[in-house]
Amino acid sequence: MATTAKRRRPGVVLTVFLLIIIGMYVIMAATKTWTPKLGLDLRGGQTITLTATNRSVPMESLELARDIIQQRVDGLGVGEASVAVQGDRNIVVSAPNVERDDLAELVGTTAQLAFRPVLQVGAGTGPSGGESPDPSADPSATPSETPLPGLPTAPASPTPTPTATPSGETGDGADSEALLPMSEVLAYQPTEADLADFESFTCGDDTHDDPSRALVACDESGTSKYLLGPIAIRGQDLNTASFGVPQGELAYAVTLDFNSEGTTRLGELTGALVAQAEPRNMFAIVLDGNVESAATAQDRIANGEAIIRGGFTAESSAALANVLKFGSLPLSFEASQVETVSPTLGGEQLRVGIIAGLLGLAVVALYSFLYYRAMGIVVVLSLAVAAAATYSMMVLLGSVFGFALNLPGIAGAIVGIAVTADSFIIYFERIRDEIREGRSLKSALVSGWEKARGTILISDAVSLLSAVVLFILAVGSVKGFAFTLGLTTLLDLAVVFFFTRPLVELLGRTKFFGEGRKGSGLDAAKMGVTQDSLLGRRLRRRTTPSTTTPQEA
Amino acid sequence: MAEQTQKKLGIAERLYTGQLSYDFMKARKFWFTFSAVLVALTLLVLLVRPLNLGIEFKGGTDFQAPMKIGATTVDDVRSHLNDLSVADLEAQVFSLGDSQIRIQTRSLSPEETATTRAEIAALAGVEPGDVTYNAIGASWGQQITKQGIIALLVFMGLVMLLIAAYFRDWKMSVAAIVAVLHDLVVTVGVYAAVGFTVTPSTVIGVLTILGYSLYDTVVVFDKIRENTKDLEQTNHTYSYQANLAINQVLVRSLNTTIIGVLPVLALFVAGATLQSGPLADLGLALLVGMIAGAYSSLFIAAPLLAWLREREPGMVAHREQIERRKKRHEAKAEVKASHHREAVAATATTSPTGTTPSDAQARQQRRTASSRADRKKHK
Repeated sequence: MATTAKRRRPGVVLTVFLLIIIGMYVIMAATKTWTPKLGLDLRGGQTITLTATNRSVPMESLELARDIIQQRVDGLGVGEASVAVQGDRNIVVSAPNVERDDLAELVGTTAQLAFRPVLQVGAGTGPSGGESPDPSADPSATPSETPLPGLPTAPASPTPTPTATPSGETGDGADSEALLPMSEVLAYQPTEADLADFESFTCGDDTHDDPSRALVACDESGTSKYLLGPIAIRGQDLNTASFGVPQGELAYAVTLDFNSEGTTRLGELTGALVAQAEPRNMFAIVLDGNVESAATAQDRIANGEAIIRGGFTAESSAALANVLKFGSLPLSFEASQVETVSPTLGGEQLRVGIIAGLLGLAVVALYSFLYYRAMGIVVVLSLAVAAAATYSMMVLLGSVFGFALNLPGIAGAIVGIAVTADSFIIYFERIRDEIREGRSLKSALVSGWEKARGTILISDAVSLLSAVVLFILAVGSVKGFAFTLGLTTLLDLAVVFFFTRPLVELLGRTKFFGEGRKGSGLDAAKMGVTQDSLLGRRLRRRTTPSTTTPQEA
Repeated sequence: MAEQTQKKLGIAERLYTGQLSYDFMKARKFWFTFSAVLVALTLLVLLVRPLNLGIEFKGGTDFQAPMKIGATTVDDVRSHLNDLSVADLEAQVFSLGDSQIRIQTRSLSPEETATTRAEIAALAGVEPGDVTYNAIGASWGQQITKQGIIALLVFMGLVMLLIAAYFRDWKMSVAAIVAVLHDLVVTVGVYAAVGFTVTPSTVIGVLTILGYSLYDTVVVFDKIRENTKDLEQTNHTYSYQANLAINQVLVRSLNTTIIGVLPVLALFVAGATLQSGPLADLGLALLVGMIAGAYSSLFIAAPLLAWLREREPGMVAHREQIERRKKRHEAKAEVKASHHREAVAATATTSPTGTTPSDAQARQQRRTASSRADRKKHK
């Protein structure tokens, strides 16, 4: 009996545990967050799950895609939307309080990266996002940042070739067939229609992205708009992009590395542009119809390694490099699940979930009182402590890791009530078993725990294992369920070890429980032993192995 | 003291002491057959009436709009479906309680979704924003099914290892897994028979059942292990001790199941009465699974384990030894007169206990296996 030899201090354990929980509430008070973050199924909003159509996707690409989609969502003016990678090929966009039917389409389209020569530059005057020029989000590279009046350079003779291609939305232009030869790209002159489009265009309008025709596009902040020529180089021809401070320089820059076709075309493009006057010596990097960056060609670049300089911070250069890398990835997504929950329905689901949870707690408490009499107090107190701990964990995890409670999460917590209550039953029944074995109540409290401990540990381990496996492997809302189930199981262990057990031990020292009074749930008669045996005053018994055969009922 | 012992003991106590005991082992053939029939029935039901998969598995779009449901509302809405501008909706209309209408269609493109949503809103007389919808691509179902199956297999494998490591007995793993598979099949069978729609919530429920069923089984096994420690030195067979264990944990199992089922019942009732589909689905799956889980740990896992263990050569030898000893005793007992009153006082080390309804007898029975081992351990 090694464990009983060391002095137990149940009061201390209990106090420390309670202090920790109080501490969590103090943190909550300090950060003024009293409620857990709610999932969109509980407060209304739109959840879009995008699944990569590629069979296998490297994690890095998925992360890049996530960044891009986050930018897209932010660009749409969808406030506090979150974008997260889930599983090995999913990206989940959660936009609270959003009712946009086109959102799924907008965020899910394949990112199209292209390099196009600049024909004209003008002031954006965009209504959307224009009023909040984010300094870091505008890594425009050239001194020509100042909006130019954009003199119409020869609105003359429309070149015959490009207009021959069928107009309108001819796909997203990823197909190489649509790419014009370099000479035609360079020879492209804006048509009357192009110029009219450019004049009337305000940032935030829809753009018609046709690889062989001109494009009107804005930079991300909406301060400048550009009239761009046909696609000169596709994103696929970009091998990689990186950022950093080049040797011998002081500022951040983004380095591009093209494949052979890209190299050839870049050489031709830059070679032709160098000779031009501003703004026609620039080429723009366009992603999803947005000008990510416009760079001035300063030299003919023959080796396929371009460097974009100009006013970058570490952050903005990383952002651009990521954009470039992702835009060149052959990744495409389809919206595999779109879920829209109106705030009314969300609130309703939350209400039902909470009712179910409280109802569950109440019935379990009632049953415990009926069956374990006064010992039910221990169950109720433990459940209350477990509930308080679970709640504060949810709140804190919400503010620290962005954990959001969803409907399956509530279900997980309700099942967690069952798991938690089970531990008490195992413990109490074990104590009663020990008393039936002829032990005194005092020693039964100790030995009962020792035996119950193993059972509680192994059964919680099974529960935890299923939660972990589900959390890692499952997709969608199953994750939320697994998370809360795992959380409540862990908290159950903590509560049983550091709260219930010390509490029972302390109660065992009181007369009411310690002497097994009537109604305490530990009375001798109920367990079929004598009062003397319960109090450890019985005589020494002879022990005789028996040969009784099992009786049948 | 006299009053105390005279007093009739509660069921729990009599179960514990072995005064009241159901022979799970003897009846195992019956229960195995029963379960086998149950499983076969399930498979049959699945053939005749396949699972009713929700749109999450088939792909499609599910609109829900608040609408006062009258006697003819569903038919009215149905008749208006042809007026909608999107063709071939393959729409199905349901009412959810008395305040929600639900329309399920084939997979729609984003534009089609927007149009249909607006038209449904007009039909229901609400703002488009109040129409909730859930669109699922065709590959989503495959993906969650695949991931679910992977999760299932990984979990099974890990849990078998865990049980084998904890109990140092792989036969326990086998018995536990058989019981879990049984629960799984039976739950699926209930779903197919009743015709409930299988949704991701159902899948969550079914996966949780695994953990729960095992949890219950583990508690029983823990007691069996305790009872069968140093089995060779006792006069009991593995089956006897296992049976005693089941009876001893019966109350505990019942209590655990009741306490587990209560919150789940609350989940189901709240979900069903307040029309929260996911909660009701989950509650139902858990409810069926938990009851099946309690049944299978008592009637399948433990008897199966005992059967597996009894086939071991050591166990066979042990049984033969008990048999021989018993014969000797019977011969001795012949000499003695009937052993009613005084038997309890007989203190010869191997004498059978009498039938005095006292706690002393109760204690003796158990002393043999567990406490002896305990004392040895603690010395």
